[in-house]
Amino acid sequence: MFAASQVKQDPRDRGGLAQPLLIVEGLKKYFPVRGGVLNRQVATVQAVDDVSFSVRKGEVLGIVGESGCGKSTTARLLMQLITPDSGGLVFDGDPVGGPRGISISELRRQMQMVFQDSFSSLNPRMPIVDSIAYAPRMHGLSAAAARERAETLLAQVGLNPRQYSRRYPHELSGGQRQRVNIARALALEPRLVILDEAVSALDKSVEAQVLNLLRELKARLNLTYLFISHDLNVVEYISDRVLVMYLGRVVETGPVEAIYSRPRHPYTRALLASKPTLDPDRRTRHLPLTGDPPNPINPPSGCRFRTRCSFAQAICSEVIPSLLAPVDLGADAPTDHLVACHLPEAQAAFGEHDVA
Amino acid sequence: MLPETDKIIEVEDLTVEFRKREGSLFAVNGVNFSLARGEVLTILGESGSGKSVTLKAMMGLLPGYAHVTGQARLNGKNILALPPAELTKVRGSEVSMIFQEPMAALDPVYTIGEQIAEAIVQHEGISKSAAMKRALELLERVSIPSAARRLKNYPHEMSGGMRQRAMIALALACSPTVLLADEPTTALDVTVQIQILLLLRQLSEELGMAVVFVTHDIGVAAEISDRIAVMYAGRFVETGTVREVMRERRHPYTAGLLASTVHGGLRGQDLETIPGAPPSLAALPPGCAFAPRCRSVQETCRSGQPPVVDFGPGTMVRCVRAVPQMAFA
Repeated sequence: MFAASQVKQDPRDRGGLAQPLLIVEGLKKYFPVRGGVLNRQVATVQAVDDVSFSVRKGEVLGIVGESGCGKSTTARLLMQLITPDSGGLVFDGDPVGGPRGISISELRRQMQMVFQDSFSSLNPRMPIVDSIAYAPRMHGLSAAAARERAETLLAQVGLNPRQYSRRYPHELSGGQRQRVNIARALALEPRLVILDEAVSALDKSVEAQVLNLLRELKARLNLTYLFISHDLNVVEYISDRVLVMYLGRVVETGPVEAIYSRPRHPYTRALLASKPTLDPDRRTRHLPLTGDPPNPINPPSGCRFRTRCSFAQAICSEVIPSLLAPVDLGADAPTDHLVACHLPEAQAAFGEHDVA
Repeated sequence: MLPETDKIIEVEDLTVEFRKREGSLFAVNGVNFSLARGEVLTILGESGSGKSVTLKAMMGLLPGYAHVTGQARLNGKNILALPPAELTKVRGSEVSMIFQEPMAALDPVYTIGEQIAEAIVQHEGISKSAAMKRALELLERVSIPSAARRLKNYPHEMSGGMRQRAMIALALACSPTVLLADEPTTALDVTVQIQILLLLRQLSEELGMAVVFVTHDIGVAAEISDRIAVMYAGRFVETGTVREVMRERRHPYTAGLLASTVHGGLRGQDLETIPGAPPSLAALPPGCAFAPRCRSVQETCRSGQPPVVDFGPGTMVRCVRAVPQMAFA
């Protein structure tokens, strides 16, 4: 389990170990939907709606959810690849973008991202060594020094620079390209790496290799990860804490053991019960959930899960539930387990959706 | 063992070679299997193992430069040797296929109802209105809510899970005896995926339809299959019941694949991996295709094809190290 004592002191550390590396406060992004002959705005996609969380130094925070839940939009908002409508970031105690904080380019030096599509995130006309050396050169390193740095990184991600550095992206396999993307993300020596479905497109035997590499790099380079995935098994394997999202909002967050063994939100429970079993004698017999996730255009009022929730009552359509400590908290329950659900009976019903 | 007559489809020595100017690619290299009514066989393999090509070869969907040999006997006739006009009759009525991307498989300019009715009219020659009625029953059969309204929907008006159900309804339109399913749940969310898996399991039981299901996901295979065939470089390397394959793991590739599958119980440990990558299908090694990545490789593995070791009906392992234990006990 994650403990602060495992985290090495980083010379760049400013706020001390207790200061979260990243605090996200009230992040919100609505996309307009245009249509009609006059191309007027006809609707809004509430992609990310009032999302707050923090990432502790040295931990892996996993974000899980289904398509349309806003997990990738959240990652892009953090990187400032798209501008949030409202909400702010605090990186190691420094507000981002404000007059007294750090600038966006300083933030990007310390926070980097690896995307799902390993091919489209590399320049097809550049040998991989140049792709990796590009950012260090832009940040003032000489061509020779940047190149040397890129070759060291290639070796670190398990690709022999003498064999691979002059190759182009199309000459590599998917797993090798994703290793290059990881090297590229590490080129500026970031402290936080956002991994957005970084292993999802890989074959299982290659996925295991890349996950091992990510764990090794994290320990060696003192990294913190924000790990975004739809794969419940991978998130459970790699994360210290987990954030569960549904239709643009956080529904539950807590230590990985608590979320996976005592899920409190009815959606988290249904999500975990939908996970295919690896035991042919324990196949799923009952449907944990019917229907598809609703369209994020005009989502349900109040609790967004209420339309698929078997516990839903009147209050669920009227009041947006906030993230609070679950009811019937046992003495040994972790204090950072939070759930956004109005109904104590729904929170206490864990075990009900267990596979037969 | 099943009597010969109970097998509704038998595939024998299926090979597919893609002949191109720059050389040949051997995608499927001698695949054998048979299926009884209501049985679900999963072909489990990674990308490039030849699992999808196997299905497309059976449906006659491969391009002209694909050279297909072997037999696939369905209801007594070899569908690989049928002339195109005959094959068109078989496709849809005796064997049909569902795909990973329903959006690409459905026609965007016709309603769901029209597409299903068209298939029924084509194959059975009944009137359009009677076919529409059947289409409605089919949508209800695959649990599409408010089916009468959905009949008039275009594919883009439906969600991903709904479209996948509609495609299953279309595939079932003429009551096929065999359904080929090419990763039909891979693009779906996990809560929707389990709904489709349960639906397919139920349909195959109730209609007695044999299903060949292709996937790379071991969890999905465990949920849906009666039997599993593990495919590597165009060959089945291990076949057996779902329990045998997942518990015994007799082939080193099966063992490696299952050991490298991530789950929460492995937290904090390094994952076991299979070193290297699958071989190029254009230049397969002379011996066992898995030998370059195998931890227990022997000298004989590199020179010749490993023996097929039988462990009883429908269960085999293609490996020199496999020892049939108490096979005759």
